[in-house]
Amino acid sequence: MAHDREIKDQIRELFITQNLAVLSTHFSGQPYASLVAFVGKSDLKKIFFVTSRTTRKFENLSADPRVAILINSSSNLESDFHEAVSVTALGMSKEIHGAEKNEVLNQYLAKHPYLESFATSPTCAVVGVNITTYVMVMNFQQVMELHMDQ
Amino acid sequence: MNWILSPFEINSNHRSRIGPKAYALSVLAQEGFKIPDTFFLTVDAYNVFVDSNGLRERILLELHRKKFKDMRWEEIWDCATRIRNIFLKKQIPEPLNSYLSEKISSCFSDKTLAVRSSAPDEDASGSSFAGLHESFVNVRGTASILDHIRRVWASLWSDAALLYRQEIGLDVEKSAMAVVLQETVGGNRSGVVFSQNPNDETQMIIEAVYGLNQGLVDGRIEPDRWVLDRDKKTVLSHKPAQREHWMIPSEHGVEMAPLPGDVSARPPLSNREVLGIVEFANRSERLFKAPQDVEWTIKNDMLYILQSRPITTLSPGQTQDKRAWYLSLHRSVENLKALRATIEETLIPEMKKTAKELSEQDMMVLSDGELADEVRRRHKINQHWVNTYWEEFIPYAHGIRLFGQYYNDAVRPEDPYEFMNLLTQTKMASLERNQLMEDMALMILKDPHLAECLKNGEPLDPDSEFGKKVNQFVEKFGDLSCAVTGGTECATDTRPLFRLLLEMAANPTSLASRKRPNGARASQQKFLECFQGPKRKQAEELLDLARSSYRLRDDDNIYLGKIEAQLLRAVKEAKSRVEHFKHQGSGKTEIDDLKSAIRDLDDGTSNRKASLLKNTNGIRVNPRQLIGQPAGPGLSKGTARVVRQHLDLQDFKHSEILVCDAVDPNTTFVIPLAAGVVERRGGMLIHGAIIAREYGLPCVTGIPDATSLIHTGDEISVDGFLGIVTILKRYKM
Repeated sequence: MAHDREIKDQIRELFITQNLAVLSTHFSGQPYASLVAFVGKSDLKKIFFVTSRTTRKFENLSADPRVAILINSSSNLESDFHEAVSVTALGMSKEIHGAEKNEVLNQYLAKHPYLESFATSPTCAVVGVNITTYVMVMNFQQVMELHMDQ
Repeated sequence: MNWILSPFEINSNHRSRIGPKAYALSVLAQEGFKIPDTFFLTVDAYNVFVDSNGLRERILLELHRKKFKDMRWEEIWDCATRIRNIFLKKQIPEPLNSYLSEKISSCFSDKTLAVRSSAPDEDASGSSFAGLHESFVNVRGTASILDHIRRVWASLWSDAALLYRQEIGLDVEKSAMAVVLQETVGGNRSGVVFSQNPNDETQMIIEAVYGLNQGLVDGRIEPDRWVLDRDKKTVLSHKPAQREHWMIPSEHGVEMAPLPGDVSARPPLSNREVLGIVEFANRSERLFKAPQDVEWTIKNDMLYILQSRPITTLSPGQTQDKRAWYLSLHRSVENLKALRATIEETLIPEMKKTAKELSEQDMMVLSDGELADEVRRRHKINQHWVNTYWEEFIPYAHGIRLFGQYYNDAVRPEDPYEFMNLLTQTKMASLERNQLMEDMALMILKDPHLAECLKNGEPLDPDSEFGKKVNQFVEKFGDLSCAVTGGTECATDTRPLFRLLLEMAANPTSLASRKRPNGARASQQKFLECFQGPKRKQAEELLDLARSSYRLRDDDNIYLGKIEAQLLRAVKEAKSRVEHFKHQGSGKTEIDDLKSAIRDLDDGTSNRKASLLKNTNGIRVNPRQLIGQPAGPGLSKGTARVVRQHLDLQDFKHSEILVCDAVDPNTTFVIPLAAGVVERRGGMLIHGAIIAREYGLPCVTGIPDATSLIHTGDEISVDGFLGIVTILKRYKM
């Protein structure tokens, strides 16, 4: 049985090894999924991504900041079924400004240096998601929840 | 590709494709030793079968269902059973199937074959895999031979192999199984020779029996045994056997038959033949440059080598853990029949007699010193029966497994546990107890005045019909307040039985809730129709054995509980006297003796209470979906009742889901009220799974930390098809 430390370590591992996450938003009840390059804080409290302000996802976030983010270690192989670990993070999104934005951008570009011109463009927003819950799936169907104290 | 190779085509490059057993045979054949007609099926065939059927990931999913260290022995058997069933259900793909059919036909014509395992991993691990994988003898007909090849492949993942998987380097991606196809030589004398005694390097050992050597190898037939001086090649001793039976080829394999009287008087080998075997054992040892364990057979005075392998013994680490005990649970039908006779005719009657004698003894008339002696005597008696339970009763439960394998081989069902349908609806002591409870609940249901009296805790009229029934029940099964059957007054509130009966009466649907025979007769018919002639009789015998094994799996605990209850009765009296002494103060020496008797007992008795896991670091981790083993088909939702100690059971309410560490037949009286069962211990044959099947309840077993991750009051669902428990809603105080 995975206990809290093990679960947290698994999530941190996903933050390091995975570049992309699936972001879920909605518009008037219509769910919408998109891929984002992300970076996560090691205390697991926040996940950040960068998006152009003209995107559908940004429009959706502006209307309703509630999001779900899926990060997983699958590699499109059969072995994913027993090996892959997947976590769904639930939380509230908010655009980041000022000094915090610079700090986050440094972190973000350290992980995704190839996105420098995109991330620093004035048309892009740095979005932070305050995570309330992680739902972790391993061994195909074992599901544990980690509730974050805010 | 050449999936089948002849021994004369083999060179050292083939070793990893055919395994050491096959390679040794090819070396012997090429050096002029007489071996039966033999061909080798390479690991490439196994790989084609596994890959074309998508089995690698299926095996991995089974093996990663939960952490291996969290799996109990019974779960490992379940895991191996499911994998074996997958292998049996899958077809050998084309063109492999046609190739094998043609080759088997052309190489062996209509001869009967031995189909033996030869695992290449054996080389890498440096240890013998003897007994971990399956081999079959006297297999006739191409279809049957192909079927047995699949069984040998499946045995790469046998429970024994899984148990030692680290030592033998078992790996889904890399491990594979080669097969030795060998003409059955119907030898009239057979045996083994150890070119060096594993316990004395100056000696050699020969063991021989009449007929085929299967009886010798699996321990069913005692062999004649010769010990020889390795250097001088002289016989140091010859220990003759009883020589009552021999193994002979039968229509569908081999069978044990009485040895004709004129044959049994003579040893299976003459002195000249003993020396002949010594000679070829020495040749084999020189050839392989290591002491050899050689299986041989003699037909028409011609000596054949069946296999030769280096002598290996288990390392101390492999023999000192419980795995050796687990492997000893694999018993033959004959062994189980003998065990059944001992259990049914001797042990159970003795247990009943012991419990009765102990119950008739009046504790009150004993002096303090006599009572101290009595407590110790009862403790010793109880311990004796606990040991008997492990040594005799648990091995007997293997009868269920043996039948399961037999059923699956014959019927090839989708559900590898379909065979359990034939075993349920068996008369068991726990079901008799539950039926009596249902009868009493029905009386309460029909008599509102009685219900009211019981609710108000009014004294019961012992002469009323209900009072008599209750007394009969308590005499036989106790008042349910103790963790053992037959105990009384363990609870501070002495009316747990009435609380449960009232709950049952208030919910009439819980009455007569036991599943009625449903399709069991059709399943039995389907099973028996797979056999004709003497095989049918054998199948009926095995079914009967399995039913007895199934029944005893539950009943033995009930009888054991009755003896333990009598120990507790003496302890209770002793404790009461010690307590009383504090106020009276007389006969100090005898009271000290009494105190010491109770203390010794407390130190030595097992703790039945489930351990509670504490989460002390304050992080809120909630389980959502927990994976265990599917142990009783069905889906139910309800409120969890976590039972950590026996007294928790008296609060059990109708439609709740029983969540516990380990269901014991002494506690299954709440099952008629339950909507499902969740248990920490895993396996299809544990008591929780057995009783859940009887009542048709969804059951999931093998959820680690079940009693700490799930809380009483949580809304949960139990998926007994997939083995999943979901916490739908946490109970908030």
